[in-house]
Amino acid sequence: MKERVFGKRMPRTSDERLLRGRGMYVDDVPVRGALEVVFVRSPHAHARITEIDLEEARATPGVHAVYGAGDLGAFDRPLPLLFPHPDLVEPRTQNPIASDEVHYAGQIVAMIVAEDRYVAEDARERVRLELDPLPVVVDVDAALEDGADQVHSDMEGNVSGHIVQQVGDPDAAFRDAHLVLRHRYILERSAAMPMETRGMVAEWDPRGEELMLWNATQVVHPLRSGLAQFFDIPESRIRITAPDTGGGFGVKGFFMYPEEVLVPWAARELRRPVKWIEDRVEHFTASHHERTQIHDVEIAVTEDGVVTALRDEFLVDTGAFVPYGLELGRITAGQIGGAYRIPNIHVGFRGVYTNTVVCTPYRGAGRPHMCFVTERALDDVARALGIDQFEVRRRNFVGDDEFPYRRDGLVTADGFTVIMDSGAYFTQMSMLEEALDMPALREAQAASRETTKLLGVGLACYVESTGGGPYEGAHVIVEPDTGTVRVTTGFTDQGQSHSTTLAQVAAERLGADLASVQVELGDTAKFRWGIGTYASRGAVHGASAVDRAAGTVRDKALRLAANMLEVSPADLEVEDGRISVKGSPGTSVTLGQVAKAAKPDRYGFDNDLAALAALGPAVPRESSDEGPLLHSDEEPGLEATGFFSPQNSTWASGVHAAVIELDTETGAVRFVRYVVVHDCGIVINPLVVDGQVIGGIAQGVGGSFYERLAYDAQGQIQNASLMDFLIPYATEVPEVELHHLETPSPLNPLGVKGAGEGGAIPVPAVAAAAIDDALSAFGVAVRRMPLDPEELMDLAAASGAHSDKGDR
Amino acid sequence: MKPGRFKYHPPSSKAEALELKARYDVDGSFLAGGQSLMPMMNMRLAQPEALIDLNRVPELSYVEERGDRVVIGALTRHAEAERDALLGAACPLMGEALRHVGHQVIRNRGTIGGSVAHADSAAELPAALAALEAQITVESSSGERVIEATDFFEFHFMTSLEPTEMVTAISVPRLAPTTGFAFLEVSRRHGDFAVAGVAALVRDGRARLAFAGVTPKPLVVETSDPDPAHDAVAAADEVGLADDLAGSSRYRRRLIAVLARRATERARARARGAGEGS
Amino acid sequence: MTDLTGDEVTELTLTVNGERFTREVPVRRLLSDFLRHDLGLTGTHVGCEHGVCGCCTVRVDGTAVRSCLMLAVQAEAADVVTIEGLSKEGEPLHPVQQAFQDAHGLQCGFCTPGFVLAVCGVLEDDSRTELLGDDEIREAISGNLCRCTGYQHIVEAVRIADAKMRPGAAAPESRA
Repeated sequence: MKERVFGKRMPRTSDERLLRGRGMYVDDVPVRGALEVVFVRSPHAHARITEIDLEEARATPGVHAVYGAGDLGAFDRPLPLLFPHPDLVEPRTQNPIASDEVHYAGQIVAMIVAEDRYVAEDARERVRLELDPLPVVVDVDAALEDGADQVHSDMEGNVSGHIVQQVGDPDAAFRDAHLVLRHRYILERSAAMPMETRGMVAEWDPRGEELMLWNATQVVHPLRSGLAQFFDIPESRIRITAPDTGGGFGVKGFFMYPEEVLVPWAARELRRPVKWIEDRVEHFTASHHERTQIHDVEIAVTEDGVVTALRDEFLVDTGAFVPYGLELGRITAGQIGGAYRIPNIHVGFRGVYTNTVVCTPYRGAGRPHMCFVTERALDDVARALGIDQFEVRRRNFVGDDEFPYRRDGLVTADGFTVIMDSGAYFTQMSMLEEALDMPALREAQAASRETTKLLGVGLACYVESTGGGPYEGAHVIVEPDTGTVRVTTGFTDQGQSHSTTLAQVAAERLGADLASVQVELGDTAKFRWGIGTYASRGAVHGASAVDRAAGTVRDKALRLAANMLEVSPADLEVEDGRISVKGSPGTSVTLGQVAKAAKPDRYGFDNDLAALAALGPAVPRESSDEGPLLHSDEEPGLEATGFFSPQNSTWASGVHAAVIELDTETGAVRFVRYVVVHDCGIVINPLVVDGQVIGGIAQGVGGSFYERLAYDAQGQIQNASLMDFLIPYATEVPEVELHHLETPSPLNPLGVKGAGEGGAIPVPAVAAAAIDDALSAFGVAVRRMPLDPEELMDLAAASGAHSDKGDR
Repeated sequence: MKPGRFKYHPPSSKAEALELKARYDVDGSFLAGGQSLMPMMNMRLAQPEALIDLNRVPELSYVEERGDRVVIGALTRHAEAERDALLGAACPLMGEALRHVGHQVIRNRGTIGGSVAHADSAAELPAALAALEAQITVESSSGERVIEATDFFEFHFMTSLEPTEMVTAISVPRLAPTTGFAFLEVSRRHGDFAVAGVAALVRDGRARLAFAGVTPKPLVVETSDPDPAHDAVAAADEVGLADDLAGSSRYRRRLIAVLARRATERARARARGAGEGS
Repeated sequence: MTDLTGDEVTELTLTVNGERFTREVPVRRLLSDFLRHDLGLTGTHVGCEHGVCGCCTVRVDGTAVRSCLMLAVQAEAADVVTIEGLSKEGEPLHPVQQAFQDAHGLQCGFCTPGFVLAVCGVLEDDSRTELLGDDEIREAISGNLCRCTGYQHIVEAVRIADAKMRPGAAAPESRA
């Protein structure tokens, strides 16, 4: 039996192009005569525009146009609210260009189109902008105070909406509790920060009726839909291609950024291709952020440490607008309870406007917060009752035999009732404990306490609703003669290796040689329907759709080959692109030959009649005379389209542990070990999943100890450069020890679950737990992240951990 | 992020470069490695009228022994100085400090003179030079001056250079084998500027420390106290400490004490090691 | 010499990937923009334009440098190698490129050319007799940011390439 490609740890099939520098990222697209855009952005976080004079900028040599809001005409209207909700009572979205009031530093006030970016930046210096500053709201708590300053002058208060959900009877559970703990847990603002910034090139046909847009986006089809509505033209007149894309992590998954309408609009106005490549400093205020949430939590427990109820009211900092509705909070709420039974839950949240950049999903998208809350709360329970951190989890886990596990009353952001489809949390934890060797670690920790560098071991479990949202589709075709298998799908790739994993799925299902499979992604002209790459959904939706389409093609190939070989389809097997009669491998045809036989026109350069005749009829002819080669009921070609839309989210899970060394004198941290047990269902390619998990962990490490978007009280980001916003280098991240557990999802044919975000989700909770543990002798509890070295040193100092040894 | 307009001059000799500088005065900027100036120009935080590119002036790039000192030409790249055998043998503190300057690829291009003239208070070289009692040679078309490093650095990004002058060389003393040395720093990430850093020399039980990142110019402390932390913190308190996103003054005060002890300890160990070996 | 937009323009002659080019360039044009947009060598990527991310790393006269922190005019008479010049089309990949493929050392691929060229600079250093240890590898690549991989597979790639490019070298002490 030939080795399977599905499930195999194998290098990617599509790297050579990228390694030779032949990738085509959006700034590489060779569009002749493209003009370049620079945006003029508000320097103030909240202000009224009193004057904007664009004349001098317009007069700059090399400048083609400078536009203010007044130049947009009918297009000067609010951008769409993507996710309305009945409880989102004060939705606000921005117009493409601000005309009156600006609500965050970075909001667009004018657009310059010039020969190149150098000239456009010259012109930007000549724009005269006068602003009358208004009070600025940055702090989420302060935004809720009575008489707080207003982010939006036209509404009362700063809350956009309040959504509440309940499971069981939390009030009764709190009444009956042995112990109730109350704590506040906080994660702060960060950003996805892909190495390639956003960018796009727009070009219209000469009549101005058809738009071609190359865009570094995770969502080509939804954007097509939005632009069709914006320009009031049919969707079929718009083609959007996501070329090679240099990372996304959610920030390119938002669509209808102001630039996404303005750049195509300007291209139509000017009858010229127009290009905008965001620069890195601009990226800090032009592209969205995520993360700030403040959770006020109550936990009801029995004396054995069983959590009977959890009440969480939290605040989501949405930034100045809510184009994504309250989805982030809804995602967070949907994860409450985590891997634990917790039968009674109250979860509510409010969206809070601030004069800051808009917040939409960044890898993890609301999930790290709930993991942080749930896991830190469990550790607080353990501490309060004197229970070991492993044991407290075991007392609360959903049992390995309790799946599917329902939380009636709680819905995912997709509106499905939360039903965790499968998992094995006890098994997962045992695997972790075995890998960790806790006795040895406790010994090392005891030894470390004789020095100023303390060891701590922290762990956190997480669950993750993956594969949300509606369908994806795929088209699979076997090319005649060559037998090349072409897989086309609508969703996109920003480095997730879809070309390889989808090829593995197609090759496996079809019996084709992996090298013969080519995958095309992210082009509305090549596949008509799609949603996009986000929410860890590529494998769940996309791979399932490919599997379906490839299965249909396989069935047809067997049906046709059976006639060609004059046997029954049941007697055939497919391997390496060749269909042969079982037990008689000499009697066979290739997939390419079948594809040719399935073609009504067999003509070409190679019209060897004998060879063609030898292929035989693909189906029984309708008469013994010369008739059509293909039966009239049979469609030509060896191809099929498949779609997949799951009935509910698949729930991936995992448990991470870190051994961290904390220098109590300087607050410096070093990862000594990082161990992961990861369960994303059936794994298509372990090497690729490893890459996703480890990459996610590095981002989580950034969010734990390095990355914090620091706004000052005036709404200015104080660290808006890569000098000051500290993405970890190789020297800051751990070597990860990774173990896979596979509990198949019953919700899709492949048994897969999403893997893209899981790595990032538990890291702040793990890191916080490790710091707690390092300082455990001193009663420290970390309930907010990130922590910088100064804060870590303060924790150590406050705990007394270095007052006695700090002089060494 | 593209530079504004400027006039570009690539002189081929030091004399020509100095003439150009005399002509442009404050409106002309020397371009050496460009690792600090170019980012500022790309962000349009710096928009000189003219750039005088020193990279075609080979006479500024050398490492030579002169008497009991080693002289380093201003255009010598960090990486060249870091690998230079003569400098490494004579004054190993320099190599240890240079390894903390940015990353390899930055050091491949960045220059000794550029770092000195730029005078970033969080940079490693000014502190190392202050500890070493280095001398900085500056020239203009009308002559040459030699300035003590401790006098050269005046404040954040400010030096005693006149607008028409250029840093042309620095000289550092040859260290006796019995002189202990160490360079340590705390930075947020590997290769970042120092939140606090220290260059330490120990001779005859006496420590000379110069701190980076904590004060507007290198903070120099001499002490014979077995625990150097007290004197270091007292000196810092007299000046007042930096307080910014990288760390509060309170945090830096703490780091000064820690680094003073750790660097002195390491330097002492090296001094002892050399003594025992000889 | 000035062009229509008022830029001072100069003539530049240099060698890129073994081929000689003469072009007129505005003096303020960054080397990264010149390579990408004037010569069409778009394998050199631009991630920050302030010298931190390392995506634009190229080799100028053998030395790895940030091309966003050099003016094109500064490369007059220089010999520049970009990712496109590391191995010729149709020929096997350079050992460093091959190792990145084998170890899954790239995901989105945007930072990859910069990493590969920086790593080549490190691995070609002949003063070494031992293979690099993991800490040295991490230090050597610490001037380049990657947001996808978490670096682990890049470290593995460098380990593989180092062993291939230095056959017979001793294992580093840390792993011996």
